[in-house]
Formats: sequence, C-alpha cells, structure tokens
Amino acid sequence: MLNRNNLYFIRRKVTNHIMLSLTFLSVVLTVLPLLLIFYYTVTKGLTSLNLDFFIAMPKPVGEAGGGMANAIVGTLILIGIGGAIGLPVGIMSGTYLAEFGNNKFGNVVRFLADVLSGIPSIVVGVVAYTIVVLPMHHFSAFAGGVSLAILMIPTITRTTEEMIRLVPHSYREAGLALGIPKWKTSLVIILRSAWKGIATGVLLAFARAAGETAPLLFTALGNRFWSTKIFQPIASLTVYIYDYAKSPFTEWNDQAWTASLILIALISLISLLFKFLTRSKY
Amino acid sequence: MENDVIINQTDSINKISEDKNRGKTIIDVMNLSAYFGKTKVLKEISLSIPKNKVVAIIGPSGCGKSTFLRSINRMHEVVGGTITGEIFLDGNNIMKFDPVLLRRKVGMVFQKPNPFPTMSIFNNVVAGLRLNGVRNKNKLTEVVEQSLKQVALWDEVKDSLNESGADISGGQQQRLCIARAIAIKPEVILMDEPASALDPISTAKIEELIHYLKEEYTIVIVTHNMQQAARVSDMTAFLYMGELVEFGPTAKIFTNPSVKKTEDYITGRFG
Repeated sequence: MLNRNNLYFIRRKVTNHIMLSLTFLSVVLTVLPLLLIFYYTVTKGLTSLNLDFFIAMPKPVGEAGGGMANAIVGTLILIGIGGAIGLPVGIMSGTYLAEFGNNKFGNVVRFLADVLSGIPSIVVGVVAYTIVVLPMHHFSAFAGGVSLAILMIPTITRTTEEMIRLVPHSYREAGLALGIPKWKTSLVIILRSAWKGIATGVLLAFARAAGETAPLLFTALGNRFWSTKIFQPIASLTVYIYDYAKSPFTEWNDQAWTASLILIALISLISLLFKFLTRSKY
Repeated sequence: MENDVIINQTDSINKISEDKNRGKTIIDVMNLSAYFGKTKVLKEISLSIPKNKVVAIIGPSGCGKSTFLRSINRMHEVVGGTITGEIFLDGNNIMKFDPVLLRRKVGMVFQKPNPFPTMSIFNNVVAGLRLNGVRNKNKLTEVVEQSLKQVALWDEVKDSLNESGADISGGQQQRLCIARAIAIKPEVILMDEPASALDPISTAKIEELIHYLKEEYTIVIVTHNMQQAARVSDMTAFLYMGELVEFGPTAKIFTNPSVKKTEDYITGRFG
C-alpha cells in the first residue's frame, strides 16, 4: 500500500491534477471577461480622452472633438437623486426587518424585496414612466432618480438587515442594560457596528445604479444640452454610450469608449470615497 | 423532597422578616415565577436582598439563575420571558417602572465581556451617560477617571483612552464593562457569571473589585463557581429546578446548610 508505484496512488495523483487544472481553468474564465473589459475600455477609451471630454459639451455630428460634461454631471445628479431616496428608505426598512421583522409581515416584505431585486431594470423604467413621467407630463432627472432608487432599495434593504443581524446580541443587551432606549441602542450602537458591511451593500447599489441605461431611456431621457434642473430631462453617461455606440460615426463610437472608461473610473472613485468615509479608527 | 422545599420556603420567608428588622433591604422578591412561553423556569421565589451586600445565586445549569437575575432589571423581556409575582426596588414595584429608567438604577454585567467595539475606551465608559443626553465634556472626563479608578483599570488604560474598547485583554474588557455599568451610578449591579470567561488572575481582580464595590452598591452575582460564591458573597441563594431551595448567610449555606439538597450540591454529589 505504501508503494508509490501502486496503481491506486497513481490514479489518485492523476485525478488530483485533472481537477486542479479544471478549477484553474474556471478561474481564468472568470477573470478573463473582466480583463477584456479593462483592456478594451482603456485602450479604446484613451484615444478620445482629453480635458475637453470633461469640460466641453457634445459637438453636432460631423464636428470633431467635444466632450460629455453634461453627461458626467447628469450621471452624478441621477445617482444622487436615486441615493437620496434609496439610501434612507433602504437603510430604515432594513433596520425595521432586522429589529421587528421576525413575523409573517417581515417574511412577506423580505420575499418582496428579493423579487424586486430580480426584476429587470427596463421593467422598473416602464413603471417609473407610468407613475412619474405620465402624471408630470415630461421626462425628468427626478423620474430617472426614482427608477434608480427602486433598483437600489432592495439591495440596500437586504444588506442592511443581514449586517444588523450579524451584530452580536450581547451589544444590544449591553446597551439596553445601560438604560439606553431601544431605538437609540439600535441607531447608535447596532447600526454603528454594522455600518461597514452596510456601506458595502450601499456601494454595490450605487455602482449598479450608475451603470443602468434601460430605466433611464424613458425617464431621464437624455439631453444634448447643459442641464442641472431636476424636473427637466437630463443627460447620463450610460444613455450617451448607448446612443454613441450604435451610431454610424467613428468619432462617436470612440467617444462611447471614452464614456465607458469614465463611467468605470467614476464607479471606482465612488468606491474609494465610500471606503474613505466609512473607515473606522479601530 | 417536596416537603423540604416547602419548609425551607417558609424558613426563608421568616428570614425576610428578620432581615427587614435588622437591616434595610433594597430588593424584595415576592412569589416570583418566570415563564418562557409555557415553560415555567422560576417557581414562586421569594427573597429579600439587603442593601450594600453581595448576594450570590448558585445552582446547576438550567436552574433559572440567569432568569432570576434578569427579571430584577427586566432584561428577561429582551429575551422573550414573562414574569408573575412582584419585585420591589426600594419598595416600588419594578413592573410599574419604565424599563429604561429601571435599568439605570439596576445595572448589569454579562458573562462575556461586551464593550462596544466601535467606541473608544473613554466612550465605552460614558456610553450610558452620553446616550442619555449628558454632553458636558468636563463632567464626562471626570466620570471616566472616577469609574476606571473604581474598577482599578485607570492605571492600565489612562494613556490609551482613545483606543478601541475591544483591543484590551479579556479581563480588562470585563472591568471596563463594570466601569461602564457604574458610570451611570446605579443602586444595584447584577452580574451574570462575570468571571467565567476569564483566567484566574483576572478572576481574582474581579472578585477583589466586588468586595470594594459593595461599599457603594448592592451586588447580585450569579456564579457556577461555588468557591467564588463562598469568597465574594455575604448571602447565598441556592436554586434548583426553578425553585429556591435555601437562602441565607453564605457562611451558613456553605458550612451548615439546613436542607440536605444544598449540602449535596455544595459537596459536589450532584449538579
């Protein structure tokens, strides 16, 4: 049995090598798309990247140059509105689920949140169109923000709940035993302990919202001019990428790549900012 | 056995009246029963806890020690328990208090040290005060120094007050938790096996601390360790299967118990 030329031993070694190679191959296949995305956006995006891209407005067809200042600001405004609605609603409902959600109502809400997070974003866009755009009679940044908020809320709610549940019960008991009211214990002690994990969920929600195109098509619409008005149509990077990538003009195609690069950079920047803001001393 | 218990209960009720004549009691428990759902975990317990004494609650696992302790500051409600009977703090029925205010008078220290990990040592000590609206920086600084000195932790942490409360050793953390409990100046401190997660040296420090703290506070301590009960307490209550078997001066419980079951438990014949 201890003989290394034993058939059993050889078969075991061979199986081991095959399985190891397969897992490694899977890892490569997982990372490859990401590397390709980086490779193409960086190489193709850099060609049209210049200062103008950040500070100039889009040029009419046929004219070279121009930038997407309005779209960069537009995307920021859109996710800003989405966050302003989605963050408080998501965090508070997550807190509610964690603290008072151990009943039928909680289970129903949890199930609905999971379903909501799986609904295609274009459907969310149609809904936002129906409940915001139609009554207001025009497309607007606000409508776009609402559709992004609807996409953000389930992610934030569920992460907040999970993270609060991870905080050991002993901290809650310590707070209550000090004569700190329950709501203050939840808010100051529990939420603060869970904050880092919640921030990760919030970040994912923001990144997803920043990359959405479909719900913006019929809510924020897009705008070729400078606008920061919340109740007017607004430009966004994703809608520009959509329009420019499918256009027949080479310079527009190039700018679509650059817009993609900027979008990725923007999301990374937001990630870093979040990490910085939520860093703790300990 | 049933008889033993009944006789003993009348015994301890007699003791209550004796105690009342002798010294001031701070907590009077009358016919306390506790339930989790339909399970009755405490059965008609009556005893009185004298002021500025240390009372130890001993008994085998699952006998209701922790539930008894928790019902004194209504922390049993947090884990879903209900009680019948009455508990008086300074003559006032605790069920008529707001639980938040009651817990400011009756503090608690838990088995596992649980300083708030997101707060500094300083903020841990004053968490109770600060979250209840005390803002005065001088006052807070004063309370921190005073409380940490009372638990003999000041010299060890005075240079690292701004570091996390979770970065000090387990024994220091537990003393920090005691400092946090006394910072709000309660009348009673409940301790639920405060040293069972600690090494012998830290345990000795906590025990020493209990001796010192009883000058200002009344302490009720649950412990699995009978030597500890014998060392730190003035009075001992022996609980078994949710019933109070015997309650009396520690010296008597450990040397000459009136009930056979107490003797069997203390000498290690069961439990």
